[in-house]
Amino acid sequence: MVRFASARRGALALAAALAVLAFGYSPFFARADRGNTVTIDNFTFGPNDLAVAVGANVVWTNRDDIPHTVVSADAPAGLKSPPLDTDDHFEVRFDKAGIYKYFCSIHPKMTGTITVR
Amino acid sequence: MTDPIEPNAPGRASRRAILKCAVWAGAGVLWTVSVGVPRAGVLGGTARAADLASADFSFVQISDSHIGFNKEANPDAVGTFKKLLARVRAMSPPPAFMVHTGDVSHLSRDAEWDTAQQLIKETGFETHFIPGEHDMLADDGKPFFARFSPGATPGGWSSFDRNGVHFVALINVANLKPGGQGNLGAEQIAWLENDLRDRSASQPIVVLAHMPLWLISAEWGWGTDDAAQALSALKRFGSVTVLNGHIHQVMQKIDGNVSFHTAMSTAFPQPAPGTAPSPGPMKVDAGKLRTLLGVRTVNYVLGQSALAIVDHPLGA
Ligand SMILES: [Cu+2]
Repeated sequence: MVRFASARRGALALAAALAVLAFGYSPFFARADRGNTVTIDNFTFGPNDLAVAVGANVVWTNRDDIPHTVVSADAPAGLKSPPLDTDDHFEVRFDKAGIYKYFCSIHPKMTGTITVR
Repeated sequence: MTDPIEPNAPGRASRRAILKCAVWAGAGVLWTVSVGVPRAGVLGGTARAADLASADFSFVQISDSHIGFNKEANPDAVGTFKKLLARVRAMSPPPAFMVHTGDVSHLSRDAEWDTAQQLIKETGFETHFIPGEHDMLADDGKPFFARFSPGATPGGWSSFDRNGVHFVALINVANLKPGGQGNLGAEQIAWLENDLRDRSASQPIVVLAHMPLWLISAEWGWGTDDAAQALSALKRFGSVTVLNGHIHQVMQKIDGNVSFHTAMSTAFPQPAPGTAPSPGPMKVDAGKLRTLLGVRTVNYVLGQSALAIVDHPLGA
């Protein structure tokens, strides 16, 4: 399981994610038992705008047969998932209140927001 | 300005219809489909299929091989790639070289690039590569550029000349902006302006870029945000042929001296805009699939301003 302590520490967690990648061929991230989910279907993040409490985990799951990513839209970049192939998950814990806008860096028309309060 | 889009309608447009269409293309916009037997696209009303045999040189465009893709739309993307490369090897006369207009791999994995590189090497044809967004998933594309275009500028773009034709290989899949489309960037456009500055307006220009350099679908992001600036640098040239991939289907447009052509994929087809809920891989039966995958030859005849395009589907 990849757990970003916060969006700000995302870069560190990405390094951890890549370490996982280096040892396993497929970027697979276990889904949390609890938490909020964003499903990618038909090149759309759903729900598009998700509100969660501080400290909550959010799990993205790609249901398309094309890879997508979850990447911060605002500088500084915090969220940065590896490419998520079909049924791959990506999980982040949000420890700070704020509005986190993100997009798919492969298909930049795909955008979404996580509101943490 | 939004251009009208006529969906790729396999089997509907006869060759005669295309020729008629080409006359109408003088008005500015031409959409054709290419399906079944190899079919000459008529550009600017000057090229004829008969010219193809006497072309001064020809080259092949392959695109969107997506090596590593194995989903329902084509579980054997390596197999169809091999078959299409075999078609290229059988061409007579042989092409002078090939260009790959991006998405060589599906997930930017070394094993995927290894496979593509090895199969292309076996053809014996010199090949020029530009990346698609699927080749940019690792380290901002650095592994792709190091492997496939080590001689390019630091940004990955480059140009070269062949038989009097000037080729410009552009990168519009880097640093994509949230909510945006393809992106060239100011640095690359400045480079392009400089690259073209001292060239004669009579020199034919071929532009390679993965994402379309004209707006095909705003909803699906099938366009390039700053394409207009690049095209203004090309305006004074008498013959400009823009070759794109990315949308996995043939679409064409003529705008003055500039003709735009998107290519078939060798891996899987995608739907025409407005015909599906998303641009994801289009699932069709195996027989139909063969008609929607393909490669393209581009033929240049000295003294004719337009280059002639022939799309070769894998099967009729
Ligand atoms: Cu995407």
